[in-house]
Amino acid sequence: MAIIDPRHAARQLIYEKAFRSATLAAAMLVLLILGGVAVSLVRGAWPALEHFGFGFVTREIWNPVTDEYGALGPIYGTLVTSLIAMLLAVPTAFGIALFLTEICPPVLKRAIGTAVELLAAVPSIIFGIWGLFVLAPKLQRYVQPWLIEHIGPIPLVGRLFQGPPFGIGILTAGIVLAIMVLPFIAATMRDVFDTVPAMLKESGYGLGATTWEVIWNVVVPHSRVGMLGGIMLGLGRALGETMAVTFVIGNAHRISASLLAPGTTISSAIANEFTEAVGDLYTSSLIALGLLLFLITFAVIAIAQAMLRRLERRVGS
Amino acid sequence: MQFFDVRRVARIIGGLATGVMLCAGAGAIDISGAGATFPYPIYAKWADAYKKSTGVGLNYQSIGSGGGIKQIKAKTVTFGASDMPLKPDDLKAAGLVQFPMIIGGVVPVVNVKGVGGGQLQLDGPTLASIYLGEIAKWDDPRIKKLNPKLALPGTAIAPVYRSDGSGTNFLFSDYLSKTSPAFKTAVGANTSVQWPVGIGAKGNEGVANMTTQTDGAIGYVEYAYAKQNKMAFVLLTNKAGKAVTPASESFQAAAANADWTGTDSYYVILTDQAGAASWPITGASFILVYAHPDDPAPLGEALKFFAWAYKDGGPMAAELDYVPLPPALVAQVKKTWAAAITANGHPVWSEK
Repeated sequence: MAIIDPRHAARQLIYEKAFRSATLAAAMLVLLILGGVAVSLVRGAWPALEHFGFGFVTREIWNPVTDEYGALGPIYGTLVTSLIAMLLAVPTAFGIALFLTEICPPVLKRAIGTAVELLAAVPSIIFGIWGLFVLAPKLQRYVQPWLIEHIGPIPLVGRLFQGPPFGIGILTAGIVLAIMVLPFIAATMRDVFDTVPAMLKESGYGLGATTWEVIWNVVVPHSRVGMLGGIMLGLGRALGETMAVTFVIGNAHRISASLLAPGTTISSAIANEFTEAVGDLYTSSLIALGLLLFLITFAVIAIAQAMLRRLERRVGS
Repeated sequence: MQFFDVRRVARIIGGLATGVMLCAGAGAIDISGAGATFPYPIYAKWADAYKKSTGVGLNYQSIGSGGGIKQIKAKTVTFGASDMPLKPDDLKAAGLVQFPMIIGGVVPVVNVKGVGGGQLQLDGPTLASIYLGEIAKWDDPRIKKLNPKLALPGTAIAPVYRSDGSGTNFLFSDYLSKTSPAFKTAVGANTSVQWPVGIGAKGNEGVANMTTQTDGAIGYVEYAYAKQNKMAFVLLTNKAGKAVTPASESFQAAAANADWTGTDSYYVILTDQAGAASWPITGASFILVYAHPDDPAPLGEALKFFAWAYKDGGPMAAELDYVPLPPALVAQVKKTWAAAITANGHPVWSEK
């Protein structure tokens, strides 16, 4: 007869308690760090926010000489470059993930899958240098003159593609960001598509559906939540990416209608200017930029969560 | 069952602690500094040579001038380094002394078809107009007037500027502000400014690259960068009305012509100096130390290092295309050390 040794049980109980408190402490640490970041950002940003008020968010000026700062330029650059990145990366990632899970012959599957994961491991500075030395000259010579000549004259849309071809600028930053976030979105989507039960797909094929019909009517609805998660992961990275963007965006605190014009993002402005920023208002304004990025990222996550909840409710009903 | 021999663990920890303390003890005479990125290569080279000859190490963190000023004010380092001199009032308020350590120059470079190095001549107001967007084409009459013999194309000018805050930016914008009232009111001088036109590239390498790959571009880089990359540099008309070539001699001429003795706390910005041979965009990099340090020992070591660098560092500086201070200025700086830097009434440093 197996009898539980009471001493052993007591010891196990202690271990169990210690383990629980350890995990709790680890989880609390995250909250503590996040809280600490938020508090120190607000404290550091306070002089600038107090001085400029709401105008800090709505004004397009960044003049260290006269000590006047407004964050509209960096906010615009951050959002637009991320938007371009998502427009380019999401459909491509969707294609990669579908190909890998549904269409790809098994021999290629490993190779392409590993290549996607390797792309995620490339440090961002490499993308920046590649963007500046390889991509930007090509864009300047071949792509941008074509855009300016052929799309530039079209009313409305054309305004996005006017001005001299510098090679670097908002568009180039968006393209580099797209390549950087692509592996994250593609890998997540692939993993999500892999979780679709084979029975469901085979039932679809059994009913005579084409690959496209199975994908659109079985795979995609089944994995909407996970896909959104992958997209948000990519968006989070695009919003905060610093070094690669700094190299290729042109770093001008201006809002231009043209996507070919130089701009700036919140994180690249901080990276550019923080080391040599002298003066309290200047440093404080840069920290306030950091606070804004914190809030934007927070808003993105909140919106993603809300969308997830709505999706889950719809799936549940 | 006992997994650890407690005494053994204690012995190991004790040994480690002693080792750490010994290391800390040996490192105590090392000099620590932080600040400007522009002089970092030469400070690192000097530190290496100094360590070999004296055994005293220098730990210099190139975190930027702003960071250097913050670190010395927080007393976490023995000296701070800044590319922009602090105003005498600020120095006095913080109890600091500053002195120049090394000189460098900023050089405008161009990428215009048919224009090689040293062929194009510009002056301050013209350069300012280019960076204000008022001169937009290379065949503008104002550029032609300065270069009657040069065949200039009608390409658009693409001004390239340094996007990261830097001493280079400060010197360039300060020069344009001194020579062009319009630039002074519209932009002004600082380590980063709001440029009305052009594209920002990160670091000297970014500006150099952007200029080389853009037809019609003009940029400005540190002299070493222009020289080592064989870029098409521009001749500038200086205050005396002479066209000068950027070179060690013209930077040193600017430093020698500056009024160091008549200026409080070496608050001298070397741009647009008088003298027929002076390069107009020259600048010094400064060192900041406490006038009355709490602990005089490390500062004494630091000043010994600086004295050694003034005496023996010249050839190494020249190898990296930096310019040593003129001898008269070095003598004056040493006088300042002896007079202004004291602890308990005794000078921290003395010439032996």
